Amino acid sequence: MPTYHLKINGKKREVTADSDTPLLWVLRDELQMVGTKYGCGIAQCGACTVHINDAAVRSCSTPVSSLAGVAITTIEGLSEKGDHPVQEAWKEIDVPQCGYCQAGQIMTASAFLKKNSSPSNQEIREAMQGNICRCASYNRIEKAVKLASKKM
Amino acid sequence: MKSQNDLPNFSRRNFLKTSALAGGGILIGFNLFSACKPDAIPPVDISKLNFNDFNAFLKISNEGYVTIFSPNPEIGQGVKTSMPMIIAEELDVPWDKVNVVQGKYDPVNYQRQVAGGSQSIRFGWDALRQTGATAKQMLINAAALKWGVDPSSCSASDGIITNTNGVSIGYGAVAKDAALLEIPENVTLKKAEDYKIIGKNIRNVDNDKIVTGKPLFGLDFHTEGMLYASVLRPPSFGKKLVGFDDSKTRQIQGVIEVVRFGDKIAVLAENTWSAMKGKKALLAEWNNEKALESSKNHDDELFAILNSDKGKIQREDGNIEKAFKNADQIIERTYESPFLPHNCMEPMNFYANVTTDKVHLVGPIQTPAWTVSKISKLLNRKPEEIHLEMTRMGGGFGRRLYGDFVEEAAEISSLANKPIKVVFSREDDMAAGTYRPATKYRIKASIKNGKITGYHLREAAINGNMFGSIAHFFPAGCIPNYKVTTGFYKSNITTGAWRAPYTNFLAFAEQSFFNELASELGKDHPKLITELLQNVKGTDDKRIEYSADRMEKTIQLVLEKSNWGNTPQDTYQGFAAYYSHNTHVAEVADVMIENGRPVVKKVTVAVDCGIVVNPMGAKNQIEGGVIDGIGHAMFGNFSFNDGAPQDVNFDTYRLIRMQETPEVSAHFVQSDFSPTGLGEPALPPAGGALANAIKAATSTSLFKQPFINQLEMNNSKILG
Repeated sequence: MPTYHLKINGKKREVTADSDTPLLWVLRDELQMVGTKYGCGIAQCGACTVHINDAAVRSCSTPVSSLAGVAITTIEGLSEKGDHPVQEAWKEIDVPQCGYCQAGQIMTASAFLKKNSSPSNQEIREAMQGNICRCASYNRIEKAVKLASKKM
Repeated sequence: MKSQNDLPNFSRRNFLKTSALAGGGILIGFNLFSACKPDAIPPVDISKLNFNDFNAFLKISNEGYVTIFSPNPEIGQGVKTSMPMIIAEELDVPWDKVNVVQGKYDPVNYQRQVAGGSQSIRFGWDALRQTGATAKQMLINAAALKWGVDPSSCSASDGIITNTNGVSIGYGAVAKDAALLEIPENVTLKKAEDYKIIGKNIRNVDNDKIVTGKPLFGLDFHTEGMLYASVLRPPSFGKKLVGFDDSKTRQIQGVIEVVRFGDKIAVLAENTWSAMKGKKALLAEWNNEKALESSKNHDDELFAILNSDKGKIQREDGNIEKAFKNADQIIERTYESPFLPHNCMEPMNFYANVTTDKVHLVGPIQTPAWTVSKISKLLNRKPEEIHLEMTRMGGGFGRRLYGDFVEEAAEISSLANKPIKVVFSREDDMAAGTYRPATKYRIKASIKNGKITGYHLREAAINGNMFGSIAHFFPAGCIPNYKVTTGFYKSNITTGAWRAPYTNFLAFAEQSFFNELASELGKDHPKLITELLQNVKGTDDKRIEYSADRMEKTIQLVLEKSNWGNTPQDTYQGFAAYYSHNTHVAEVADVMIENGRPVVKKVTVAVDCGIVVNPMGAKNQIEGGVIDGIGHAMFGNFSFNDGAPQDVNFDTYRLIRMQETPEVSAHFVQSDFSPTGLGEPALPPAGGALANAIKAATSTSLFKQPFINQLEMNNSKILG
């Protein structure tokens, strides 16, 4: 099996995996970084969202072989102390119910706000369309993204 | 009518015991739903908490910090926050001194077997208050003894005890002494007007961990050397495994073993991806053991039940035949709903390590006691040898009541003689479900002299649906001639409870039907419901649980908050009221037409759930329940062809997403009744309110879920 050199949350990591292994499973099973969640495996639910060079990407559909030279950020590395404005807003609005999809929601929201720091409500709704929350905490996700934009 | 505060008998005498902790402080072990064993003693070392004897612990340290140890996990309904709030209220400590801890994973020294079933605020309310109040009284007694005064001259507030001489002492300073005292028999509970924590907005205690991606869920659990198991199950209900070829599977890097059990094949691998690839590479041969069922046949069977007079009578009042015979007018409508998968965001999974001396199980399950008994039978092991640990759950919605995935994990580990974790792919999760049964209702009502004189509801459901007290819900007791008949078609497709079981679709059918009746009678829908409710007031029918007074107040509140009847011209409103899971709810949906289509913009909700423990968490449940109800009524579509589900992932199976989501505005009826649950009650009326608003906007009555199909078919009409 080939060895890959990855840059995750600012650190160099070396993993041995089949070339078609999605980044999701490398993170979860090889590196025990389980904050990134499995939801559908076909890039439809957004639970596995990470940042690759600041863009939100579905890690379930990103093979490990495609990641040479890129910077990967996961929920564990979004901020050092868990105090990224989006994380702060999520806590303040009390968004989570079961909590499973929220890492993916936060990663989508933080990448979006980096591109658009003062979005309208409609822009927020469009940006978050790809992330499913089965508990349907959508009202609070919308509010938290708005609040985070003011904190950034 | 039942008393609104009727609860199971609860004996305080034997539900808690105390010990002095080795490191100082007091530990109180308590049992929320039953008495402790007579010989049960809480440990002096908190690393030895035994959840067999007690299902929760309360520790007060020498420094006055309070820790609540709960083995009961969180599905997403907020009990991990709200239940400790109730203890802290009666104990009278500031919330920032309270830490809520779920026993940590300890796969080597696990000592805890969780025995509690699913719990709720409703059942825990008494025991939680008694626990907090008893602990407070013991601390007061210890302080009084220290001062040489009578306990009645002391009071406690915010973690400090004060006597009439003005001398004060913190809880921590007397915690050790309190542990040596007798447990008081009679303690005084606070009055609702004195609450300092209950009724305040308290945030989810796990928020920090959730937003930073800490391991919390079953899928996150891992032990050294554990293998991942991906299971190939029969592709259709009714098929049986004849044989298989695993030669390609065994060539895949990381695949360790292939195990057949019954009609299933497990591929065990070093990581999830290899296990999933290995499963895809299996070549299996299946034959048809039973008839392969399709939704088309189900429709025929269910209609045949509705068209026949057969079925079980669940309730019968007056003479329904006579009412129909004498009627001025008869109105009959039929409502249909498909199967629904649960689609918890965390797919089903479970860890099992079956060894000669014990069976270790870890994962997300709502029914630990039932599951342990099933595993005991399956593996022929004593229940004492089975240790089950529950993790936080990435959604439940009813799916995690059923331990089929735990049985799979235990069987695979037993056969492979290795620690393994079964991981369902999304496709596995959707195809091997315990679905909400496809159900049809036919409702027939008679009108005489402008009044509803008869009401007959017939249910036809796959494997059955409605039972228990549901036939005694509204409008039972409000209409003199009333009958509920149920029939079912026995299918080999597995069905079970789905969020707000039995009523998640019934509420839509009933409240759409009443909206039609209101139109026929030339009445406002909420006014018709309110008028009917007058007829049940003062009833001595013990089977009737809902309260006309409470429902009336709930309806009044939603009408006021939604500006009912006074909205702008381009906004169309629909109403629904429903009592379920001991909570009264009324909802109004606001629909506008955009690009020729009805779009739900807002849902106003009024709820009477008794005392609201945590408004912030309670509103989260209501918002989620309403949007979930709207999403599934609008889009949820799940059918079978030759025993195989037609959709197995989110590319074709549609769940509600952000842009389809209305704003939910939740309001509580001021109430002194004991609190009731909120995880489910807001869901059932949502589909009804939406359908009635769409009818107001488009003149189209909706009879079949998902609404999107009927709306697309009628699109030209809506545009016209």
